[in-house]
Amino acid sequence: MAEENGADFEQPASFAFDAESRAELDRHIAKYPTGKQASAVLPALYIVQRQMKRDTGSAWVPRAAMDEVARLLGMPPIRVYEVATFYTMFALRPIGTWHLQVCTTTPCWLRGSDDVTAACRKFTGIAGWGETSADGVFTMTEVECLGACVNAPVVQVNDDLYEDLDAERTTGLLEALKRGEPPKPGSMTGRQTSAPEGGPTTLTTLDNLGPPNPEPATPAE
Amino acid sequence: MAKVTVDGIEVEVPNGSTVLQACEAAGKEIPRFCYHERLSIAGNCRMCLVEIERAPKPVSSCSFPVADNMVVKTDSPMVRNGRRGVMEFLLINHPLDCPICDQGGECDLQDQALGYGMDHSRYKENKRAVKDKDLGPLVKTVMTRCIQCTRCIRFVSEVAGVPDLGATSRGENMEVGTYVERALGSELSGNIIDLCPVGALTSKPYAFTARPWELKKTDGIDVLDAVGTNIRIDSRGPEVLRILPRINNDVNEEWLGDKSRFFVDGLKRRRLDRPWVRRDGRLVPASWAEAFATIAQRLQGVPGERIGAVAGDLCDAESMLALKDLMAALGSANLDCRQDGARLDASRRDFYLFNSSIAGIEEADALLLVGSNPRHEAPVLNARIRKQWLHTNMPLGVIGPAADLTYAATTLGDGPGAISALLDGSHSFAPMLRDAKKPMIVVGQGALRRPDGAAVLAACWKLAAAFGGLSAGWHGFNVLHTAAARVGALDLGFVPGPGGRGFESMLGGRVDVLWLLGADEFDTARIGADTFVVYQGHHGDRGAARADVILPGAAFTEKPGTYVNMEGRVQRGLLAVYPPGQAREDWRIVRAFSEVIGRTLPYNDLPALRKRLEQANPVFARVGFLPRFGAGDESGPAGDPTAMSAAPLAPAVTNYYQTDAITRASPTMAACTEIYVAPTLQAAE
Ligand code: SF4
Ligand code: FES
Ligand code: FES
Repeated sequence: MAEENGADFEQPASFAFDAESRAELDRHIAKYPTGKQASAVLPALYIVQRQMKRDTGSAWVPRAAMDEVARLLGMPPIRVYEVATFYTMFALRPIGTWHLQVCTTTPCWLRGSDDVTAACRKFTGIAGWGETSADGVFTMTEVECLGACVNAPVVQVNDDLYEDLDAERTTGLLEALKRGEPPKPGSMTGRQTSAPEGGPTTLTTLDNLGPPNPEPATPAE
Repeated sequence: MAKVTVDGIEVEVPNGSTVLQACEAAGKEIPRFCYHERLSIAGNCRMCLVEIERAPKPVSSCSFPVADNMVVKTDSPMVRNGRRGVMEFLLINHPLDCPICDQGGECDLQDQALGYGMDHSRYKENKRAVKDKDLGPLVKTVMTRCIQCTRCIRFVSEVAGVPDLGATSRGENMEVGTYVERALGSELSGNIIDLCPVGALTSKPYAFTARPWELKKTDGIDVLDAVGTNIRIDSRGPEVLRILPRINNDVNEEWLGDKSRFFVDGLKRRRLDRPWVRRDGRLVPASWAEAFATIAQRLQGVPGERIGAVAGDLCDAESMLALKDLMAALGSANLDCRQDGARLDASRRDFYLFNSSIAGIEEADALLLVGSNPRHEAPVLNARIRKQWLHTNMPLGVIGPAADLTYAATTLGDGPGAISALLDGSHSFAPMLRDAKKPMIVVGQGALRRPDGAAVLAACWKLAAAFGGLSAGWHGFNVLHTAAARVGALDLGFVPGPGGRGFESMLGGRVDVLWLLGADEFDTARIGADTFVVYQGHHGDRGAARADVILPGAAFTEKPGTYVNMEGRVQRGLLAVYPPGQAREDWRIVRAFSEVIGRTLPYNDLPALRKRLEQANPVFARVGFLPRFGAGDESGPAGDPTAMSAAPLAPAVTNYYQTDAITRASPTMAACTEIYVAPTLQAAE
């Protein structure tokens, strides 16, 4: 990650939660017992990132916002920095409209994440991880397993997962994004969630089973 | 208790101990990087692996609790292999720069690599490089060497209470630092240098100065505050190169304040290395004989009551006793050690001691600070208060200016009014003190330096009495001193004798000859213009500037000396290096002078003088050990508690880094002042 301390971009001097964010944050804080408000740090950072998206079009977490989170949750600022820098989901510098988080962990890699990466690079012109395209539309980040390996390879765009990608489908996805028409998230081959490609391979005679057993079986000891 | 067998040796350890502790009890040394007995357990370096019977894998002993009948092996093939693997992992990214690393020779990684390292590396990849961090003028970083044990992070957040350090990013990119570049804002920051097991954190002023095996190590006692921190003075030839803490669980555990660690360059600057005599208004170099003759001549015909002596804050007990004896021989009872004007009552020992003792803080269940900021006046002691607060969350109150003390303290008021409110029970903090079984009342010098200091002292005693702080088993009345020499001086009775003058009444020309023994902490312009001033000391500071004769003495690293800390603990430091030039040990100077004027003091060597110390006050016979007393007698110090003024209390120490002649001469302390203190002073204006 190339998040840094404002070497080549400007850190806003201050950050304030707007009414919408504040209400959401309060909901999260209320979940935890008094004295444990620090537990709300992850939702708080997400809220910051979403507010930044609303306000500036770029979903990132400025340092002033981390300090504000620290103040509101009563924790030392460094503890917030630690959390924010740990997770790739938080951008600590301004990013493009679409944040392409390409999974390159083993299952995705075996299923062709290299092609997906290459397609992204070709379309966006981005050379290295963590960089933003010249037109400011895309940012590419390398991420570890997104937990959707069944439909590998996977790219997370902003908050949504696009699955079953290959070079061609990736390019199609990027074109749509660039037009501002994000397709429906999920598998890009059209399969339903993670059902087998080309239709069911088991329980194919489901229709002949008749009504389900009205008496539940006694659970095994 | 749990019975554990370690390599065939059976030991009993308390339940809840870790396997590592059990191994230590069996006398087995377990290598470690992240574990430290005074910090929380992290368990992230994996160097402490051991084999436990019936466990399928090696176990990290520092974080694994013992169970009864556990059988542990610390030297099996599995253990050795495991540790070798860990070592290889640690060395993947660790640079091979021992020849230019200041930790070389005292590096845990180096030592362990000898036992568990390989003679070659299987990795051809580039090592990772990490940008160094700027942590201020004291701690130097070479972060590529960091093995991410997180000891430094845990120390600053847990012990120092200034959570500035953290580990940012993750995996290979993890870095230890402040993220937002800033100097560490703790008075205890130097301790992370000792804690860092590798050369990632080293001392900035000491960089590339010496190798540990070149150093002579001498046990000493720190005198830059009144805690009496046990130190090790490392020297090479005639030079003191660095100061490290020694472990003393009753005093400083194993911590040392930054001032007391980094002042060393002050020992080499502005030194008085030869006698000086003022002739025609100018100080000119002189010989010892000339200097003594000048004083002797001036003393001629001066009656005892026109002679006075003031002892400074860094003096050893030996020299103060010699000076007191000399004054007695001259017929003078004009003595004082309270150059800051503190209204201390020397009539009974528990009126001026930190009676609960420093280790006793860990028994307290409520604490009230009156006119004291221990963070600046005694940072190591402050860490103890924080420790107890972390363990028990005890109520803490402060009367005086609000300050960040590294723990949550309620400000009860800024002036003595709050004491009265506590005494009549009307203050909301009063019930918390009343509920406490072992309350501590801590009075700082800031409260005693005022004209109504005696009244505040008496009122605080009354507070301790009223809230159950004075019982047979617990003495909750405490005076927090800032001057290392003060308690020793009071024990010796370095205060006006019958009919004698105190500090204030020796100024303004009310004595003809004034002998300053290292006394620099007052405005020397207040000394009468016609008063003849003898300054005996080691640094050319305020006192020397005003002197008519300068007698060059030894700094505390240059003489064997006895010091009594604020608890009343008598401790001895040894001589690490000889005083520079013609400077001499201070008691010898006084003794030599006594001979010149024909009133030879009756001791000629240190053992005889120390005998005399014991005669003067038997407490000096008890070196190192501190018996604890409850409060035997409830009657308090003289002073009228109702005579307190309403003026707000002011802190005794405004600049932690420069409190005396030595630290004022130190460029490192000047740099710290500029970075840490100047901005706060500006903000206060
Ligand atoms: S700097 Fe030293 S003490 Fe701190 S984490 Fe790194 S190796 Fe450990
Ligand atoms: S490896 Fe890519 S989603 Fe799990
Ligand atoms: S010492 Fe046990 S894991 Fe580091």
